[in-house]
Amino acid sequence: MSGTVATPVRPSLAHRLAERGIDRTLWLVVPGAVFIVAFFVYPFLYGLSLSLTPSGGDTCGAYSGVLASYHCFFADPFQDGWGTIGKTLRLALPAALFNVVASIPIAYQLRGKFRGKRFLQTMLVVPISLGTVLVAAGLLNFAGRSGWINRFLLLIHVIHKPLALVNNYWGVLFSLIITGFPFAFLLVSSYLSGIDPSLEQAAALMGAGWWQRFSRVLLPLLAPGLATTFMLTFVLAFSVFPSATLVGNPAGSTRVIALVAYQAYAEKFDYSLASAIAIVMGLVELLVVGLVAVWRSTLYRGSTGGKG
Amino acid sequence: MVAFNTLTLDHVGRSFGGQAALVDLTMDIHGGEFIALLGPSGCGKTTALNCLAGLLPLTTGDIRIDDQRVDTLPPEKRDFGMVFQNYALFPHMSVAKNVSFGLQMRHVGKDAMRTRVAEALAMVKLTDYAARLPGQLSGGQQQRVAIARAIVTEPRLVLMDEPLSNLDAKLRLDMRGEIRRLHQSLGLTTVYVTHDQEEALSMADRLVVLRLGHVQQIGKPTELHSNPVNYYVADFMGYRNLLDMRSTRADGRAITVAGVGIELGGVASHHTIAADEDVVAAIRPEDIRVGTGPNAFTATVEVAEYRGSGYAIDAVTSTGQTIHLLSGESHPVGAALTLTVRPERVLVYPKDPDVPVGGAAGAAPEVAP
Repeated sequence: MSGTVATPVRPSLAHRLAERGIDRTLWLVVPGAVFIVAFFVYPFLYGLSLSLTPSGGDTCGAYSGVLASYHCFFADPFQDGWGTIGKTLRLALPAALFNVVASIPIAYQLRGKFRGKRFLQTMLVVPISLGTVLVAAGLLNFAGRSGWINRFLLLIHVIHKPLALVNNYWGVLFSLIITGFPFAFLLVSSYLSGIDPSLEQAAALMGAGWWQRFSRVLLPLLAPGLATTFMLTFVLAFSVFPSATLVGNPAGSTRVIALVAYQAYAEKFDYSLASAIAIVMGLVELLVVGLVAVWRSTLYRGSTGGKG
Repeated sequence: MVAFNTLTLDHVGRSFGGQAALVDLTMDIHGGEFIALLGPSGCGKTTALNCLAGLLPLTTGDIRIDDQRVDTLPPEKRDFGMVFQNYALFPHMSVAKNVSFGLQMRHVGKDAMRTRVAEALAMVKLTDYAARLPGQLSGGQQQRVAIARAIVTEPRLVLMDEPLSNLDAKLRLDMRGEIRRLHQSLGLTTVYVTHDQEEALSMADRLVVLRLGHVQQIGKPTELHSNPVNYYVADFMGYRNLLDMRSTRADGRAITVAGVGIELGGVASHHTIAADEDVVAAIRPEDIRVGTGPNAFTATVEVAEYRGSGYAIDAVTSTGQTIHLLSGESHPVGAALTLTVRPERVLVYPKDPDVPVGGAAGAAPEVAP
């Protein structure tokens, strides 16, 4: 084009700010931001600085330097850092994996409309409202040495002495599954409802049997949602604390990281060590979540055709 | 190549919780035919298609191909292809993967698969888009992928559920011709669901008009167009003037009707109608002419729309009844027109569309040129 180009009129400041998303509605962010700073950012930074300020108490007196508390956690035989992380992962990973995998067929079956669907859904989700303590008490009664399971199995002569189902690894795993499953189920259900059912119908008409429809169409579309569900249920399970004490073996196989941190804080009064353990706990969670997120980023994550 | 001689639908019915969506659909579909199921939403046409596809179990009746039951087979065993209204392309697979899916399920070898996918994509002119994901395509392109995917396996029957309803008007016209061309060149047998009578008339060998789950009429486009069986079908076939009138004289097929301020001579082609009955007179806009002749009456111009080839005029009679007609020239609003329509193009039907066809059906009036 030739000729004079009209000087573009510079839009007003308010207009230019609004184009960058800065307008009066931004004030709505303030309450949340204040809350996050006051109750998350500040305590976190405080804990971080605490963990870098060794208390020099009895427990960790042998270690020196800024990282003494961390060093102590991993090197001190009583804290047994690596062992503790391993024990916690041994609980949290299988529990999260089981919850996600078990949710898929149940959420799938509950996808359609049928009589009693609401009732079934409610029954599956109710454990969310039960505290871990209540679940632990229930487990002790149900799966304990003289609980119903053992008594029934003894009665029908499947076993000859009671199975040890609580006060050990299995008790905590059961508890994590009972409390974590509703979360996984709800999440997987909502991801599943976002997938257009006509995709499976199309696959069926093209000759795909149920397994091919599931593995070739449904699973690839559901996988990112499963990854997210896994991350959330894993984080929930990794911070297990009450059930590790109540239905576990807190001195041995279920001496999980939250418990060790609590002991450092409440029994040894070593706040620096407790903070260091809490930070390590966060880092391990971050590592697992990060790995899953990397895998998730390799998947197809576009539209799934449904209402999602 | 046609995969079968006859597909028989025998009293096929489907109810949802006691509510009948499709009742007693009985017809033979011959190999190579293009059948259109036509009707407004809720008429049962999609239900019929889903029953054929195997996505819905039948409540009554059965479906056979050359005397072999197919309604007991699951969809994956029927060897049908289907184009969904929303296309239902797999969003995580490339265009080529979408098209090859059905071939993979049939364990077609790698080389043969590549050739057939390339052929199918060439047929729908999408060769350059093989590596794209469906989300990166326009509506018309997605629609063509859906068609390629449905025909690449050379299915016995191709089902299409309003495949053009999500496209704009021009694309819809193009695709109409495209689908008809593929149907012919590949020797497909096609069942096509639509609510668009023009689409159905232009594409299908035979039409099935449905209303509230009941078949109203099955026949060739020309049959339905010139001689609809009731005013419901007439409405669908472009008889825009449906006038509530009363028969005043009946002389065999020839019926005189009066009402809405005019009197007309007409014919009852499918029903026996006596004098003094409530009737509906169905007239197509293009059959009404401006000028003197038989069945002359006057009406006042209310709206005149330019349509390129002429004018679509709405005129009102003395009682305020709107008459739709076409005219070669424009007429000013408010002008009193003398209109005429040949009696054999005034189709007289009972007021109740459920009155069964009676009398000497088939004594069809001549088709107006």
